[in-house]
Amino acid sequence: MPRDIVRKKITKNAYRITSKRAETCLRVRVPGGHLDACLLDVVRSIAERFGDGTVHLTTRQGFEIPGIPWERMAEVNKAVRPLLEALEVPLGVTFVDLDGGYPGAGTRNISACIGNRVCPFANYDTTALAGRIEAAVFPHDFHVKIAVTGCPNDCIKAHMQDFGIIGQAMVEQDASRCIGCEACAKNCLKRVTGAISMKNNRAVRDPRRCIGCGECVLVCPTGAWSRDPRKYFRMVILGRTGKKNPRMAATFLEWADEEVVLTVLRNCYAFIDAHIDRSLPKEHLGYIVDRAGWPAFREAVLQGVSLDPPLRVAETLEFSGYFYERDRVFR
Amino acid sequence: MRPMPGNAAERGYALSEVSCDALLREFRKDFRIFAPVRLEGRGRFSDTDMVRYGEIRNFREMELREKSLFSPKEVLFPPSETLFHFAETGVREPSLLREDGKGLLVLLRACDIAGVDRLDAIFLGNGPEKDPYYEARRKRVVFALIECGPLGASRSGSFGSCFCVSMGTNRASGYALVLRPEDDGLSLFLEDPAFAAYLPPDAVRTSYAPSFPLEDPFPVRVPDPGDMSRAVREESLFSAAFWKDYDSRCIACGRCNTVCPTCSCFTTYDVTYEENASAGERRRVWAGCHVDRFTDMAGGHRFREKYGARMRFKTMHKIHDFHLRFGRHMCVGCGRCDDACPEYISFAACIDRVSRVVDAAASTGGDDHDAR
Ligand code: HEM
Ligand code: SF4
Ligand code: SF4
Ligand code: SF4
Ligand code: SF4
Ligand code: SF4
Repeated sequence: MPRDIVRKKITKNAYRITSKRAETCLRVRVPGGHLDACLLDVVRSIAERFGDGTVHLTTRQGFEIPGIPWERMAEVNKAVRPLLEALEVPLGVTFVDLDGGYPGAGTRNISACIGNRVCPFANYDTTALAGRIEAAVFPHDFHVKIAVTGCPNDCIKAHMQDFGIIGQAMVEQDASRCIGCEACAKNCLKRVTGAISMKNNRAVRDPRRCIGCGECVLVCPTGAWSRDPRKYFRMVILGRTGKKNPRMAATFLEWADEEVVLTVLRNCYAFIDAHIDRSLPKEHLGYIVDRAGWPAFREAVLQGVSLDPPLRVAETLEFSGYFYERDRVFR
Repeated sequence: MRPMPGNAAERGYALSEVSCDALLREFRKDFRIFAPVRLEGRGRFSDTDMVRYGEIRNFREMELREKSLFSPKEVLFPPSETLFHFAETGVREPSLLREDGKGLLVLLRACDIAGVDRLDAIFLGNGPEKDPYYEARRKRVVFALIECGPLGASRSGSFGSCFCVSMGTNRASGYALVLRPEDDGLSLFLEDPAFAAYLPPDAVRTSYAPSFPLEDPFPVRVPDPGDMSRAVREESLFSAAFWKDYDSRCIACGRCNTVCPTCSCFTTYDVTYEENASAGERRRVWAGCHVDRFTDMAGGHRFREKYGARMRFKTMHKIHDFHLRFGRHMCVGCGRCDDACPEYISFAACIDRVSRVVDAAASTGGDDHDAR
């Protein structure tokens, strides 16, 4: 193995330190978690030619290819090119050197639930949005986790991310088609938030309770409910796992359009740059906000965002998580 | 305006998109035009479209290549309709019943024309009273047939569920014109030569003559209603085991009823206005025999709690009871119920199951039926 490895450089190149000193492991990103099946052959061939012949499927929908000898990184980078050309370049990501491998790894793969290409509940094409987010934030060295999910079922676990994007359907009712069958009201009560009540034999939606899941559209037998074709998103932020204070992300924005989502994501990097604790090897965004303060964060990420309705911005963040103050729990 | 065409063989025309718009402009002087329209992004699932009936102004708004999810019945019998307004001073009927407005030109397929015939039976021919709301619209309706072609519009996608040939509704009559969508515009056939008056001058004479579907993707064996009656009397049909399948398969969502061109059940209710409880309106809305509360009666009695019993009731109505009363099947084989069912229950397959039970009953039946 080489005598000298610039650790910070290889990390930015999407290789990682592993428990075996002579070997590294490559992180392959798959924005939106959906890829042409033929690309699996590229992954397979890298694993078999350079690695130990195995591949790990990550929670973020990437691949980790372990068992790569350090000295083969340059060859691996060349072999990665078809992946960059198929998964990144079409999104608009630009590369200084397409034979140089991944130009960054801090901002993690943008993961996505399967979305409306398959799932009937999804309110939009999640993989496509993940691709546009990738184009907006990749490559970047700051550690930021973003995931997008089609509806509040949150199958991608957007609530465990720094930024979780949840599809919202602005449902609209053609009252003249409502026949009072109560299907939407019963379903919303049992499965969602009980936002629909019956009044004079017609369904009436309480917009303050409605979370935009779109289920009423799915169950209405007359098509009285439909989605506004414009796409809206709820953004939950600063969720995390980890060793200090694991917690679910809290709702920051409701009824944000895509431009608002992308602007907030772009803006977060300047905030991180201004406030990150550089004495640590890395610091997660949530802890930076815990130190620098929510008002400062809010102001920074909302730069240039027009706050017109229907956009709603949370005044406070309601986190549900816990601290490891063990003596408080265990006597 | 152009002179009336001479003989029947010369009633085919080709119209470009531009001349279609000219034709529609002429029609709109005398008619409101209803056709399947594509409502973008308004489908059940996100980024899918809804195709259903709407009033149209120009050619682009029409969707003639797909079967509409909901049938044209809503032009004549809307999902929700105010029958009258009331106040302490009296009752006011909707203008529909007083004014004789423009005609209603409805673009629809052969099965749907048969569907309107079934609605006519229920609303106009079922007892001494005609339904005035239905009648007020119906007498203004003119049909324009959308051609399905010899194999159906394509016999795939939304046409894969059609069984009009099995139901004998593949050929229609009583329409004024026939339309076939073409790459640029329409082929048009004037069944009623009087409609030549609406043709734009640049309509090109062609040999176009409409054709009808001749074959179903899945032919359905429709039982003879008399045989069904016998199977009912002999207690083999109602007790058939397959109805119980639907107890657990059906979720009583009612979509098969709402999309059906011939489901004509409704319920009525009164609404009084919050600001003034002595004024209000009476509405009627579609009701469906698969939906809860359909059979609710005085004293809290209800029938057909089990969903299989609802499926059986619907089936009997569609291919037996209606036939006994009106001499033709209620179901017109449009396949919309199959397209709409979220549980993938096929009504067509159910008819086949009925046939098997009825056949079995016939083959083991008493001597008195052998001569038949
Ligand atoms: C044993 C007692 C009763 C039985 C078995 C009975 C049965 C029925 C049935 C089978 C229907 C037809 C339901 C339908 O077509 O959906 C009906 C309708 C009706 N019944 Fe009764 N009924 C009873 C008592 C009453 C009483 C006491 C009243 C009034 C004081 C009443 C008023 C009506 C009315 C107004 C309708 C028409 C409702 C509609 O068309 O929506 N019934 N009843
Ligand atoms: S979108 Fe969801 S929460 Fe809103 S009314 Fe419909 S079912 Fe209820
Ligand atoms: S499901 Fe549709 S028809 Fe039934 S009550 Fe709701 S809006 Fe009305
Ligand atoms: S029962 Fe089904 S196939 Fe028959 S007319 Fe109704 S919707 Fe069409
Ligand atoms: S009884 Fe059922 S099947 Fe018959 S018309 Fe009414 S809703 Fe349709
Ligand atoms: S559409 Fe299917 S599930 Fe719904 S009521 Fe009809 S048969 Fe039952």
